[in-house]
Amino acid sequence: MTMTENRQNTVIGTRQLRREDPALLTGEAKFTNDLNLPGALHLSILRSPHAHAKIVSIDTAAAKASPGVIAVYTGAELQSQWAGPMPCAWPVTPDMKNPPHFPLAASKVCYVGDGVVAVLATSESASRDALDLIDVEYKVLKAVVDVEEALSDANIIHEDLGTNKSYTWNLKIEATEGCVENAFQKAAFKVSERYVQQRLLPMAMEPRAVAAVPQPFGGDITLYSSTQIPHILKVMAALTLGIPEHQVRVVAPSVGGGFGSKLDVYAEELLCMALARMHNLPVRWVEERSENSMATIHGRGQVQYVELAADKSGKLTAVRVRIKADMGAYLQLVTPGVPILGAFLYAGVYDIPLAYDFSCDGIFTTLTPTDAYRGAGRPEATYAIECAMDALARQMKIDPLELRKRNFIQKEQFPYTAFSGLTYDSGDHLQAAEKAAGLADYVGIRTKQAKQNVAGAKKRLGIGMTSYFEMCGLAPSRVLASLDYGAGGWEAATVRILPTCKVQVVTGTSPHGQGHETSWAMIASEKLGIPQEDIDVLHSDTAISPLGLDTYGSRSLAVGGVAVAGACDKVIDKARLIAAHQLECSADDLEFAGGVFSVKGSPDRAVPMAAIAFAAFTAHNLPDGLEPNLEAQYSYDPPNFSWPFGTHMCVLEVDTETGKIEILKYVAVDDCGVQINPLIVDGQVHGGVIQGLAQALFEEAVYDSDGNLKTTTLAEYLVPAASDVPSITTAHTVTPSPTNQLGVKGIGEAGTIGAASTVINAIIDALSGLGVTEMPMPASPQTVWRAIQSAAQAK
Amino acid sequence: MKVSITVNGTRQEKDVEPRTLLVHFLRDRLQLTGTNIGCDTSSCGACTIHLDGEAVKSCTMLAAQADGGKVTTIEGLSKDGVMHPMQQAFMENHGLQCGYCTPGMVMASIGLLKENPNPTEEEVRLGLEGNLCRCTGYHNIVKSVLAAAKK
Amino acid sequence: MIPAAFDYKRASSAAEAISLVGQYGDEAKFLAGGHSLIPLMKLRLAQPAMLIDIGRIKDLSYIKDGGDFIAIGALTRHMDVEKSALVLKEVPLLAHAAGYVGDAQVRHRGTIGGSLAHADSASDLPATTLALGATYVVQGPKGERLMAAADFYKGFLESALQPDEMLTEIRVPKMNGAKWGFEKFNRRAQDWAIVGVAAWRSKDASGVALVNMGSTPILATSVSAALKSGASVADAAQLASNEAEPQDDLNASSEYRVHLAKVLVRRALEKASA
Repeated sequence: MTMTENRQNTVIGTRQLRREDPALLTGEAKFTNDLNLPGALHLSILRSPHAHAKIVSIDTAAAKASPGVIAVYTGAELQSQWAGPMPCAWPVTPDMKNPPHFPLAASKVCYVGDGVVAVLATSESASRDALDLIDVEYKVLKAVVDVEEALSDANIIHEDLGTNKSYTWNLKIEATEGCVENAFQKAAFKVSERYVQQRLLPMAMEPRAVAAVPQPFGGDITLYSSTQIPHILKVMAALTLGIPEHQVRVVAPSVGGGFGSKLDVYAEELLCMALARMHNLPVRWVEERSENSMATIHGRGQVQYVELAADKSGKLTAVRVRIKADMGAYLQLVTPGVPILGAFLYAGVYDIPLAYDFSCDGIFTTLTPTDAYRGAGRPEATYAIECAMDALARQMKIDPLELRKRNFIQKEQFPYTAFSGLTYDSGDHLQAAEKAAGLADYVGIRTKQAKQNVAGAKKRLGIGMTSYFEMCGLAPSRVLASLDYGAGGWEAATVRILPTCKVQVVTGTSPHGQGHETSWAMIASEKLGIPQEDIDVLHSDTAISPLGLDTYGSRSLAVGGVAVAGACDKVIDKARLIAAHQLECSADDLEFAGGVFSVKGSPDRAVPMAAIAFAAFTAHNLPDGLEPNLEAQYSYDPPNFSWPFGTHMCVLEVDTETGKIEILKYVAVDDCGVQINPLIVDGQVHGGVIQGLAQALFEEAVYDSDGNLKTTTLAEYLVPAASDVPSITTAHTVTPSPTNQLGVKGIGEAGTIGAASTVINAIIDALSGLGVTEMPMPASPQTVWRAIQSAAQAK
Repeated sequence: MKVSITVNGTRQEKDVEPRTLLVHFLRDRLQLTGTNIGCDTSSCGACTIHLDGEAVKSCTMLAAQADGGKVTTIEGLSKDGVMHPMQQAFMENHGLQCGYCTPGMVMASIGLLKENPNPTEEEVRLGLEGNLCRCTGYHNIVKSVLAAAKK
Repeated sequence: MIPAAFDYKRASSAAEAISLVGQYGDEAKFLAGGHSLIPLMKLRLAQPAMLIDIGRIKDLSYIKDGGDFIAIGALTRHMDVEKSALVLKEVPLLAHAAGYVGDAQVRHRGTIGGSLAHADSASDLPATTLALGATYVVQGPKGERLMAAADFYKGFLESALQPDEMLTEIRVPKMNGAKWGFEKFNRRAQDWAIVGVAAWRSKDASGVALVNMGSTPILATSVSAALKSGASVADAAQLASNEAEPQDDLNASSEYRVHLAKVLVRRALEKASA
């Protein structure tokens, strides 16, 4: 029986305050840069001021003589430290081109921020001061900034590759050959749209920090890093540095947000480890914010061409997508795979025939590498289909909600096998859309809009929507194999009942704000019938939790949380054998509830978990052949992705004189299946929505034509503050996932996935009466004003 | 140069370089690492502390400028193991996720209520314009501050 | 994030500060609240060899009634200007504008004199004091001189202050009940204005100044002249950018700035005429 069928849940589904909070609220929590490491050397990195240049010469003499400086290294001088280049774990095609990428550039720099010289000194100020004394002579080459221009190969970045194209990845699904083209030729309505997913800076509030601490004897080394992926990092660091894996321990202390930007193997982690081993001293590095803008991965960076074909009722008959994806200068851990994660979602939540044609070019530019950023490929895909659906509705002159209703996959169709062959586990899009429409007063807004948006109106009202599906909970290992991903998608958990019936839950997930300690304890408490306060959750240290695949892609609950439940089941199974032995009955005759085993029909014949835990510990009287102790390790490999879904709506006013947007209401109806802790679910939605809304209205990594990043600080890169964003109305529908025992789906990325297209659709809706049909992101006041001006001129 | 700053009730006399920022003084010299650094342009507010009872950004001050002053950091808020009402409100309303902006956000929020004990939602949002958070979308931070105001 | 090294001296009076800066010359910079200077130093865009801390000169922090004007000591913090009952009563436009500088934390440390002397045309107070016809009191080795705000701003981050001079007091004429409007247009509340407008209007006079519409704060004299000769607010506002030389930047083109200036001047004047 799954827990979703068992309606006796007493812990799951309740709003539990987070056990993580007191340490974070009082300053006791330790982030990586808070660690006290006496004698540690500080690393500072001189970075390239050019987007594309040959290194002619480097003079480090003055830096070496600077007070407090211990050593100065160029890329060439460290080259012997690397057993191999930095890893890309996702070779999306067999012929994908991947230039070798080392922690410091040796002969050529390929983006502003590329590391050139490493300085080690006794203090942070000494290593920083020395950077100003290094003289590097560059031969500047032409920057390659525009992803579509790069494809012309007029100016090749990695000469040895002979091209700026890394790969072309295709997904063409046709019921009969040529049916996509046929559908477009026969279509009653067609839309053909071009969207630009601007580059974004992830801007986790904690800049990255690293400390590598060698053990005095034996060659072991501990890496502390503000990472989302201690387990993956351990393997990759061992391979890249040529250190036996068992000698590497990775610890992620408190981590101040990631959003994908800490889902990587970074130069600074490898540099700190190499230098710590060379000098046999701890080496630490902390990123400055303006360094973070250039040296931490960027998100998005795609040009999308989307075509929809529809019959006269508006039913979609084919989808064609061409993507030009900006890889940046190098392939980081999963750079090439990010657009592929969206490849399956360009039909959104709609029931389409087998007529889908997707192709993506991964292209190098002389800009900071891109990689996974909250949603990774899926917000881009959702944006494209949802904005294109609005374009189709405008062309058909029908209500965009009505158009969606005509195309939704119906509730009865689940589990639904999509054109791609993937199975959508469960859903009810109509219910989510109607709930959102009710909360946003869709009908009332339309009435009000008709009155307000008359000729000459200074403030125009708009409402926009997005219905989304998120492919998350990465992921079934076999599916990942078919996508050529370099790892599996399982997650591990250990549940250990201590002699006094206290519990340790060890998880392979690596939380950095998501509250896993609280939620995993809730799951274990529910399963074991042991109070939450008696349960500890251990994580983020490969010495304590040696197995795991970490936290990204809304996978932690849907994979890691289910693994915790599975490990609890195994412990209960073992405890059942001990209980049966003590009660002298068959294990099959026992029922387990509230932490007590009792004989079915004879509730007075019972033994509590506490007695079993102690018996397992003393091992005085266990069934023959049963191992002492009460502990189980379980690795869960999900049979499917999880498919959260929902509808977001946004009501806003555009000041047509200035172009400024005022959001009047934002409604998010999300369905993530069974909610473990609704408090945390809402928090994830709030944060995700604002991040998506920030892409729509505020944020962009702006480059000039020479490849210089113009938005390097938080004064220029506009992460919005409380004063700049609205409150959010959250609501939920609950459609349990049938594929896991908890009935759960992911929720970490949903808000981000739904928000950008919702806001942009609302702006276009407000202005469509003025002839505005396009709205680039971010829709800054100037951008909106210009769109109004050019629509007026076109009239 | 010598500076003498009373931090969380204890007078601290240290020899510092003139360029020592107050936040580095707190973190590196006193190991009060609860105060975080999130930017280099006074934009994010993660380093917010109280100087002589007012919220200030400790990354935009020299330790020398705080010489003779009274500083309260996040570590100095709780009394006898009981969290300050603002800390409690953040906990009760899920006003934090990763927790990195949180010390600064709490210090700024306490400062806000000191100057405006009964703010509207809009006043809370505007009052926290100098503090950035990337996790919460601010919804529950605003809720926390409004709840603390009612306490 | 770590400034380049410098020496540090603390002045206890304006005279001492001026004598110190005389000793150290071009290498020295005054440090008031530090909220303009320290961020530049952390990014190493400014690397003064000597900082003269004037922040503790107690007798330069005051707000006094000077008869026709309100006298504000240069080291008076934004927060104190914003909350001052005297400023609120006599020059409410200035109190209001002071409440828009930076954020609360910045207003607790930043000073009016520091902001004006930094001469950033994107800051709120240079334009506001310009609109109000303020006079700045400047002290140098040879004594005091008075300078109209209109004569103070010379270029981008450049004022008429000599290296050995210090701004000590700001004299802002009382508004005598004149109505006013203040418009700050930005993308985030904490940011500098993309375009800002400080405007006041009485029966027979007006003052309109623009934030971030050139390398200096701009006095929109054409607007005031038009109003004086009887033009409507809407018509006068069309002249908003006559004196301006706006630049392009990340947030706005000069064309958009010109447009915004017209809209915002109109809105500010509508409030000042209500």
